[in-house]
Amino acid sequence: MFDQLSDRLQATLSDVRGRGKLTESDVDAAMREIRLALLEADVNFKVVKSFTAQVKERCLGAGVLESLDPGQQVVKIVNEELAGLMGGSSREIAFAPTGTTVILMAGLQGSGKTTACAKLATLLAKDGKKIALAACDLQRPAAVEQLVKLGERAGATVYEQGTGRDPVDVAEWAVGQAKAQSRDVLIVDTAGRLHVDDELMAELARIKKRTKPHDVLLAVDAMTGQDAVNVAEQFAEHAEFDGVVMTKLDGDARGGAALSVKAVTGKPILYASTGEKLEQLERFHPERMASRILGMGDVLSLIEKAEEVSDRDQTAELERKIRKQQFTLEDFLQQMRQVRKMGPLQSVMGMMPGMGKAMKELRSANMDERELDRLEAIILSMTPAERARPDLIDGSRRKRIARGSGTTVQAVNQLVKQFGQMKTLMSQLAKGRMPDPQQLMRGMR
Amino acid sequence: MRKWRDVLRRSRQALAAEVSATLVDRVDAEAFERLEEALILADLGAPATAEVVGRLEAEVEEGRLDGGEAVRGRLAELLAEMAGTDESRAIDLSGRPSVVMVVGVNGTGKTTTIGKLAWHLRSERGLSVLVAAADTYRAAAIEQLETWAERSEVEIVRGESGGDAGAVVFDAIGAAEARGTDVVIADTAGRLHTHGNLMEELTKVRRVAARRLSGAPHETLLVIDATTGQNGLRQARAFADAVDVSGVVLTKLDGTAKGGIAVAIGRELGIPVKLIGTGEGVEDLQEFDPQAFATALVGA
Repeated sequence: MFDQLSDRLQATLSDVRGRGKLTESDVDAAMREIRLALLEADVNFKVVKSFTAQVKERCLGAGVLESLDPGQQVVKIVNEELAGLMGGSSREIAFAPTGTTVILMAGLQGSGKTTACAKLATLLAKDGKKIALAACDLQRPAAVEQLVKLGERAGATVYEQGTGRDPVDVAEWAVGQAKAQSRDVLIVDTAGRLHVDDELMAELARIKKRTKPHDVLLAVDAMTGQDAVNVAEQFAEHAEFDGVVMTKLDGDARGGAALSVKAVTGKPILYASTGEKLEQLERFHPERMASRILGMGDVLSLIEKAEEVSDRDQTAELERKIRKQQFTLEDFLQQMRQVRKMGPLQSVMGMMPGMGKAMKELRSANMDERELDRLEAIILSMTPAERARPDLIDGSRRKRIARGSGTTVQAVNQLVKQFGQMKTLMSQLAKGRMPDPQQLMRGMR
Repeated sequence: MRKWRDVLRRSRQALAAEVSATLVDRVDAEAFERLEEALILADLGAPATAEVVGRLEAEVEEGRLDGGEAVRGRLAELLAEMAGTDESRAIDLSGRPSVVMVVGVNGTGKTTTIGKLAWHLRSERGLSVLVAAADTYRAAAIEQLETWAERSEVEIVRGESGGDAGAVVFDAIGAAEARGTDVVIADTAGRLHTHGNLMEELTKVRRVAARRLSGAPHETLLVIDATTGQNGLRQARAFADAVDVSGVVLTKLDGTAKGGIAVAIGRELGIPVKLIGTGEGVEDLQEFDPQAFATALVGA
């Protein structure tokens, strides 16, 4: 797969292949690029330093394999080291063997705690567990109302006592309620607080003491910069959290904070929040995060999403059609609908490596949901015969299609022409050749 | 408005310690390396850091800067230049009413900022203010703004939860015109700049405001969390493309994040930081002073 970092490294290491081995100066040059990439990704400066020193050791003397160019090989090593660093101890929630499992959610203001609580409730409820939420953010205006509304959506009971009491007392009361009502899990939402606010950090420690949680989670915003280590260190010291939830990963922040937090505290990252809908919380995958931090896109997520949505038989049949160039506009319509089901076009495209540049072109070409609506309308205005054989479409048919879809004859012409180009590209794909993403995008415009 | 230096105390101490340790007697390669580290740790980003350090190194070489203190002073100047830009930093209150639109990604502090700004405009500047609850998406967002409206003692125009955001802004401007209100501040839902359809919706809301009142919105403030890393640049670019951002509000500077991303945004996009947020209280909003910001950071 092509990606910027790999390309940059390749440029730096262009004479390596001839020599067959990576020398120290080769590796130093490569590490400079890696450092830059990691800093761009917001990995903490000091973590970057120690990490690259560690990776340098592995790269030194590594033989250059036939199948990979040196740039790709370095990236492979870095990717593995990153994934190894962030993974290892990833686990599920530490459920209590009997009775109510208590989970405490903490973090800075705006880190996404309340949403994360509701999402976790949704996720855990899937296993048939009875979930309750405790509204202990009494600081932010209408935070209690927010949790009540989210709790309704998540199908979880919400324990609240307004904003008049001490949050520590409310938390304790909620635990009592959850036990009395035999809830399997109680998730306690707390107020956002600065890691340097001694008073509020002490309050958090008191909440922890009184509720005796089985898991204390720290919500960390994926776009957090260099300060992530300070936040993590302080929360580790005062609240002794057990695991991390990375939030807002549906943005394009590379998420270096994940590496920083793990490197500095050793606490595992348990969950990744990938959208605003309550279902959008998943187990954390270190390999995917590693690729993302390196700017390589999130290939695995994309593949998984695609698999979720498509039927295996359909896929096999489609592959056959593509290979034999029997792929029709009808098939294209079905495929487009499937791709759209995977999620907003932008985020799906964003997951493919090397799409960064193509995305920019895409955006400037305004190829978005609206454009796809138009394409869909045009195809729907065609008769099945026309969809199967676009060469049937003469002048008068074009006019009819344009009228029926509320578009223009030019738009219809463009679709038919682009489709022809796409068929060629897709049969290349089916034959195992990865087309240049740029070309693919040009074909779709 | 509280004093600058107190608020940035923590940040200043942290970075000043690093910078002071850096700029001891000898201004040498090692010192510049440590300075580079300090600026990266402040979230300035590699490009802005390279430019600042490069210029300082050059000026030292040319003999234009002599000794640690001179370098420190010049550093503050350069940072202020980048962060300040030439654009005016005052909030545009020329409209009748003046419409201020507040935008940004999730969790940056938009609603809190609006509460503080409303309070400041009313109690410190004697203007009449109306806030528009155009975040019709997030659970209890309207209630949140209602609480702030109460605290700041300003009026609020709201619609149905889940309703059309543009319609709320439309109604708010109408109400302000009818009542002779000076300023309308519109809250919008937090949204990640990567969601094209949400960014389009924002563009639409802006268009509604512009159609309703010529010249509106007079000010479009992008709220950026000071803890944000390099993604802040992408946010700024995307929001500027969608709604023509006129200024940045840099929030949560009461933490330990240095907010260097504001310097990067100023440098790359020329968008000025107009206000800074320094806490959750109604008075915790200040005008951005680039010189003071940079100086406090460097401990000069």
